[in-house]
Amino acid sequence: MAILGALNPMLSVGLDGDNAWRLADYVKRGGYQALRRILEEKLAQGDVINEVKKSVLRGRGGAGFPTGLKWSFMPRSFPGDKYVVCNSDEGEPGTFKDRDILRYNPHSVIEGMAIAAYAMGAGRGYNYIHGEVWEIYERFEEALDEARVAGFLGNNLLGSGFNFDLFAHHGYGAYICGEETALLESIEGKKGQPRFKPPFPASFGLYGKPTTINNTETFASIPYIINLGGETYLEAGKANNGGTKLFSVSGHVNRPGNYEIPLGTPFATLLEMAGGMRGGRKLKACIPGGSSAPVVPAATMMDCTMDYDSISKGGSMLGSGAVIVMDETTCMVRALERLSFFYYEESCGQCTPCREGTSWLYKVVHRIESGKGRPDDLDLLASVTTNIMGRTICALGDAASMPVQSFIKHYRDEFAYHIEHKKCLVPVEVQRAGSGFFTATV
Amino acid sequence: MLTSESLKRIDREIAKYPAEQKQSAVMAALAIAQEQQGWLSTEAIECVANYLGMAPIAAYEVATFYNMYDLKPVGKYKVSVCTNLPCMLTGGVDAGEYLKKKLGIGYNQTTSDGLITLKESECMGACGDAPVMIINNRRMCSWMNPEEIDKLLAELK
Ligand SMILES: Cc1cc2nc3c(=O)[nH]c(=O)nc-3n(C[C@H](O)[C@H](O)[C@H](O)COP(=O)(O)O)c2cc1C
Ligand code: SF4
Repeated sequence: MAILGALNPMLSVGLDGDNAWRLADYVKRGGYQALRRILEEKLAQGDVINEVKKSVLRGRGGAGFPTGLKWSFMPRSFPGDKYVVCNSDEGEPGTFKDRDILRYNPHSVIEGMAIAAYAMGAGRGYNYIHGEVWEIYERFEEALDEARVAGFLGNNLLGSGFNFDLFAHHGYGAYICGEETALLESIEGKKGQPRFKPPFPASFGLYGKPTTINNTETFASIPYIINLGGETYLEAGKANNGGTKLFSVSGHVNRPGNYEIPLGTPFATLLEMAGGMRGGRKLKACIPGGSSAPVVPAATMMDCTMDYDSISKGGSMLGSGAVIVMDETTCMVRALERLSFFYYEESCGQCTPCREGTSWLYKVVHRIESGKGRPDDLDLLASVTTNIMGRTICALGDAASMPVQSFIKHYRDEFAYHIEHKKCLVPVEVQRAGSGFFTATV
Repeated sequence: MLTSESLKRIDREIAKYPAEQKQSAVMAALAIAQEQQGWLSTEAIECVANYLGMAPIAAYEVATFYNMYDLKPVGKYKVSVCTNLPCMLTGGVDAGEYLKKKLGIGYNQTTSDGLITLKESECMGACGDAPVMIINNRRMCSWMNPEEIDKLLAELK
């Protein structure tokens, strides 16, 4: 089991055992009931969308956009091809929940996508799966075969006259394909470069047809919403933050892994579930929503609850729910250097501010880290970020800038020390010990 | 140059997309060609392009855009190590250094016997299992402490 713990869970209920991912197991724990009921009762499309609206399910891929509202943008009664696309490209550093959903509960995603397709009048879907998790891609294809044989996919679903087929598409190593329009380009067999918006995918999406893209966990939550009713789902979380959510906890904790908790659960509870801080050391900082989210100092983080509103009040973003925990052995300059390298590597190069800016950010943070920083480097970094933000086609530019701004804002002393003393405030041996890699051999 | 086995697998991919959208299968087709050959030669990329009825340059653009395609020959085993922040906090960078020392090579180099190519890699979406590495784009290895790395190296023959 890789979903290590849960409080009042939905998505991770009944996933023990090697066959939990199989269709038979999913059906046994109530799977495909929601789809069956919708088809048998011929529920109106608008009613399905309303139920999702009532649940206040917010997109689990990063932006937290209300899913029901997004679905209502689709021209569902217009004839012609329409698509639903699942974003399982999970490449945001710190995030590894979609992998576990697909590994242990793939049919919840298939059922959720079929319901979405029904509600929006789409006939075909694709699930775009991160290339690095190959066994998950293979397993998902097997789950698709099972669903087809059982009549949950294909023509005339369960005799209802509704047609929907779904296929898996794999990525091959490009973070930018997680951006929804880059993902569409990638499915079309092109370089994954984001498109200008508008037009939005709901009017011009895959192959130029109306398309809705949602995250894996978003789709996986749909059957639970239909079964429980939108209001009950909402109440499982907190106002404006419906339901439970998976959090991927990584870094300096005793038990890194995925945890499902109601939105609104205190961060302290999550930290405790993850076994607390490694070696009993002190929490220094936390990135609560994946590498693109601003870093939050320990004291502020300990006062936060895990939901969109509280984390945003704490100065960051809930994002994908990837909680990167850092203890006092962490050098913040080195941590930022690695993140800046990532964005520099992964910029698709289309917009000059992002292409040139991410290169500058990395170069300057790297020279500070390697003891060659200059007195005005922190101002330089600040001005580079303001020249990137809001001036690019997609949000990667902002994603590269926010870590830089927040790390410098909260840990300015550490950066200044690096520049002045040409070395780190946290001794290198301490940093090394923090990783725990050599504890077995040293 | 693509074997009938590879072509059969590519046909299966093509069938996933609308008839007039064969190009959508290019990523899968290139991955299949790379699996067959160990890397992607220009010839293989052209072959895939012709099979899908797309311009060779368009297929080449795809092959160069995505990191998991190898446009140059690599060792029998390509070991990609994630060193991104979440992995780094739990020993990802140390794991890379340990491998370099053991193999006597740096990143993007291949052992003199042609057995292992070492690569530094971005997030694999498995940060809870850190340190993580992937062998030949397919097999993910989790919780790679020194002992596990030793075991892995003994196994890669
Ligand atoms: C650079 C970048 C990377 C992204 N990566 C992902 C990703 O890996 N998975 C994901 O679901 N959304 C990702 N997103 C967000 C998607 O563009 C999109 O908002 C999301 O898939 C919508 O689904 P949701 O409303 O269900 O969250 C990314 C966005 C950007 C700008
Ligand atoms: S912001 Fe960066 S990643 Fe996004 S489209 Fe522009 S260059 Fe590409």
